[in-house]
Amino acid sequence: MTATAVAIPAPVVEMIGVRRFFPGPPEVQAIREVDLTIGQGEYLSIVGPSGSGKSTLLHLLGLLDNPTGGVYRLDGVDTMSLRERRRAVLRGERIGFVFQSFHLLDHRTVLENVALSMVYVGVPRRERLARARVALERVGLAHRTDFAPTTLSGGERQRVAIARALVAEPSLLLADEPTGNLDSANAEAILEVFDELHREGMTLAVITHDAHVSSRAQRQVRIVDGTLQW
Amino acid sequence: MVTPEAGLPDPAGGPSTSRRTRRRLRSRPAVRDLLDEALAGVAARPTRLILTTLGTVLGIAALVGTVGLGQTASGQITQRFDLAAATRVVVQPEEKGGQEGEAATQLPWDAPDRVERLNGVEAAGTVSALDVGDDLVRSVLGLDGQRNGHALQVMAGSAGLWEAVRAVLSTGRFFDAGHDQRGDKVVVLGKHAAERLGINRVDSQPAVFLGDEPYTVIGILDSVTGRAELNDAVIMPNGAAKTAYDLESPDAVEIRTQVGAAQLIAGQAPVAIQPNDPSTLAVDAPPKQGAVRKGVESDLNALFLLLGAVALLVGGLGIANVTLLSVLERISEIGLRRALGAARRHVAVQFLVESVIVGFLGGLLGTAVGVLLTVGVSWMRDWTPILDNRLAFGSPLLGAFIGLVAGTYPAWKASAIQPITALRGT
Repeated sequence: MTATAVAIPAPVVEMIGVRRFFPGPPEVQAIREVDLTIGQGEYLSIVGPSGSGKSTLLHLLGLLDNPTGGVYRLDGVDTMSLRERRRAVLRGERIGFVFQSFHLLDHRTVLENVALSMVYVGVPRRERLARARVALERVGLAHRTDFAPTTLSGGERQRVAIARALVAEPSLLLADEPTGNLDSANAEAILEVFDELHREGMTLAVITHDAHVSSRAQRQVRIVDGTLQW
Repeated sequence: MVTPEAGLPDPAGGPSTSRRTRRRLRSRPAVRDLLDEALAGVAARPTRLILTTLGTVLGIAALVGTVGLGQTASGQITQRFDLAAATRVVVQPEEKGGQEGEAATQLPWDAPDRVERLNGVEAAGTVSALDVGDDLVRSVLGLDGQRNGHALQVMAGSAGLWEAVRAVLSTGRFFDAGHDQRGDKVVVLGKHAAERLGINRVDSQPAVFLGDEPYTVIGILDSVTGRAELNDAVIMPNGAAKTAYDLESPDAVEIRTQVGAAQLIAGQAPVAIQPNDPSTLAVDAPPKQGAVRKGVESDLNALFLLLGAVALLVGGLGIANVTLLSVLERISEIGLRRALGAARRHVAVQFLVESVIVGFLGGLLGTAVGVLLTVGVSWMRDWTPILDNRLAFGSPLLGAFIGLVAGTYPAWKASAIQPITALRGT
């Protein structure tokens, strides 16, 4: 790390020598010695075959899992020393998740699903709903606010999930196989949303095994046997 | 390996302002929001909600219904006791056998009037057993006098006696103050006395003979309460008794009080009757309320409470079971909430509150059913429904408490689920 240019903002993600071993027997070294930096506004893809450790890396990036060793700073905050409660707050505030299987609550409206991501960061109810409406407009779903998620197409559901991830203004948008459950047309629409978010300055990390999805990113990283290659 | 990419698109301005808002938002989720989430979780599956509450509804309904019916039933028993005995006060001279056979005192003739002035007295009258010597009672001037005579008890009373002992006529009328003052030779027959004398109607003004004196029968009793010997007696007004049998003073004063006033009147009556020396009078009053009633109620309630408790245990297990099932079913929701920044305790609180809501709703419904049951059965049996307020208001809270206890383990289980396992697959 050089501190030459003051204009360059601190990176969003800074991983140094991060390891994640699952105690055995046999011990599984899912992630070994990963160094990764994601700057602000960067659009990164992490590709790798199944079993390469990319899910584990996503969990580590998303503060859903703890590294066995190494240093992980998110927005300059050293996450290794944080207690679980504080990690939950940081996760809620700084990270937006987009999952392959959408993870929408079927019994709540589209609007409520989007607003849900601001409940645990303490945004008041009225502001939540207003911001959720704006986020849905942003992904082109303003006309679907009062629908049940079950009545939407797969592509629409994933856009709801993206709106949910965006609405809390995270530092990092983490997408795990975001097009895995979608046909090519819907997948293309999602990728266009990502492109647009990138243009607007959002920091994105997309984890995928799909080379086409990966190629849309500004920077590609391969993960093989728990280590990064590029 | 660190690769800070040069030439990143510098996000102009935007992130720095959003970071400032973020700091402001550092606060925890509002309690209200957690409640809303729990309510939404409960309301999302109405059918399941009904099935889950069913156990608690039945348990609380059984508890409220059985306790309510128990209280109602024992209330009826004690009410009967009340009517029969709890309003009866009898005053008579203290028995002082030792003093050379001399009676300690004599009751004045106006004792009923004095007592009736007391607040809480509904009726009062004198009653005396007459010493008729060898006089037998005959219904007809006998062709065969000796053998037709009956050795019946002959008594005397004031006009107020009838009301004081709740006398009910089967036919005819009571003697009144007029008969008393004039010394009319009239009698009222007790139920059994009338049977033995073979008299069952009075419209032809039948006569009975006491010794050789004729008395006109003006009424026949059907029932009395308290002083059962009246049923077997021939009763005449005091006026007639004074002239015919030299009655000097009444034996006793029968007093009927308002419900609940018996203890008070028992204390006041001797003073009212004998102001100069009340201690020479003996008062026979009902025992204080409580002893009898409590005995009956506690027996009934112990059994009923046991039944209700068993039903509630089953209801609680039902909630625990379904909540646990629902935790397993909603694993991905739990994972999502954790990913959105929920701490373990937020997840735990949500499931706990959900099961408290379920328990409370069950308690509310169960209380309603129990109250309806109590009122319904009371209505059919013509009882006065009695239900402790504390039971009616406490039962929904009891339901909520059961929900709390039942939800503890599932809530802990839910909070222990790792977000990465929860988010995997599907």
